[in-house]
Amino acid sequence: MDPFDIIILGGGPAGYTAALYGARAGRSVLLLEKLAPGGQMGTTDVIDNYPGFPQGVKGFQLAMDMKACAERFGAKTKLEAVTGLELAGSGKTVHTKKGDYAAKTVILATGAQPRELGLAHERELRGRGVSYCATCDGMFYRGKDVAVIGGGNTAVADALYLSRLCGRVYLIHRRDKLRAPDSQRALLEQAGNVEFLWNSRAEELLYEERLTGLKTVRLDGGEGRTLDCAGVFIAVGQVPETSLFAGQVELDEAGYVLAGEDCRTNLPGVFAAGDLRRKPLRQIVTAAADGAVAAQMAEEYLSAL
Amino acid sequence: MAVITLTNENFEAEVLGSGTPVLVDFWASWCGPCQMFSPIVDEFAEENQGAVKVGKVNVDEQPELAGRYGVMSIPTAILFQNGEAAQTLVGLQPKEALEELIK
Repeated sequence: MDPFDIIILGGGPAGYTAALYGARAGRSVLLLEKLAPGGQMGTTDVIDNYPGFPQGVKGFQLAMDMKACAERFGAKTKLEAVTGLELAGSGKTVHTKKGDYAAKTVILATGAQPRELGLAHERELRGRGVSYCATCDGMFYRGKDVAVIGGGNTAVADALYLSRLCGRVYLIHRRDKLRAPDSQRALLEQAGNVEFLWNSRAEELLYEERLTGLKTVRLDGGEGRTLDCAGVFIAVGQVPETSLFAGQVELDEAGYVLAGEDCRTNLPGVFAAGDLRRKPLRQIVTAAADGAVAAQMAEEYLSAL
Repeated sequence: MAVITLTNENFEAEVLGSGTPVLVDFWASWCGPCQMFSPIVDEFAEENQGAVKVGKVNVDEQPELAGRYGVMSIPTAILFQNGEAAQTLVGLQPKEALEELIK
């Protein structure tokens, strides 16, 4: 089989925008996605900060629409997890469990996923008290006490959402102020059932059949607490999904791809678009912008072959 | 075989009394990851017709079923074999993870 002009890894907004631009430029485009189209966007209930939708838009709907846009111009999607990559030479190979695909260029758009805290038993308690999605799981904790860990926008949004459903909401943050804006803190204070644990971090998950509580320690020498709670919602940022090509593509110390605004990596014909790239703002709109740029750079590379 | 909508009324007959394994997807309409998981489950059902039956439980409409199987995070997929919950996967999963369940 002839190599694809462009193979894209990841079906979030960066991937599908790259697919749209690549396909519209007349290139053969294959997009590989291990789960379903959308990435983190697809798991978001309503999106209010992507322009053009005055009433907001469902993340999953936007994902399906972005996919449809790219496929209208001939891009193809396969739901296959990539297991290995050979990116260094002029001919690139992408391995999946189902087979091998050859490409002239590769656009990496694998994104990021929620960071785990790294506590003992965190994984086995997922679905039994540990959650990374308050809007998904909040309703299972109606009237119960819960803890939210983190101090950024996601943690605050989670705490606010849970404050309307749950008994008491503990917000555990390792600093003495939120990273989220002060206006958000005011909303949490008004909620009346949110208690802040500043300069604290979760130390131990307590459980029997399910999570029963949480031990915290103070980072400023004060005394830690033992909290009774049925749920803990973890919102401590993201980790880029770059381990598949860590040995080939240059990454920064946090694992993000070292590529500038032109999305070029250290390897000719390999580009990085979206949340996996080192950049100041990770949003759907910046991921989509990266996708367009990466496809354009791939186009220039292909034209020069 | 179409994916079955499971309720309190048909759960016994369709799942617990089934001769073939049954994969049950617990979901809700407002859950983003569930919406992403749904087409994966559908594709899995399509590709494994005959070997496994696939059903979905809307946790809003069927809270007792979710409670009975201890579902506290969605999506959750449970594989039932011989009337018992044999394996559980919590969270959005790739299709390969579902395929592993029935190997």
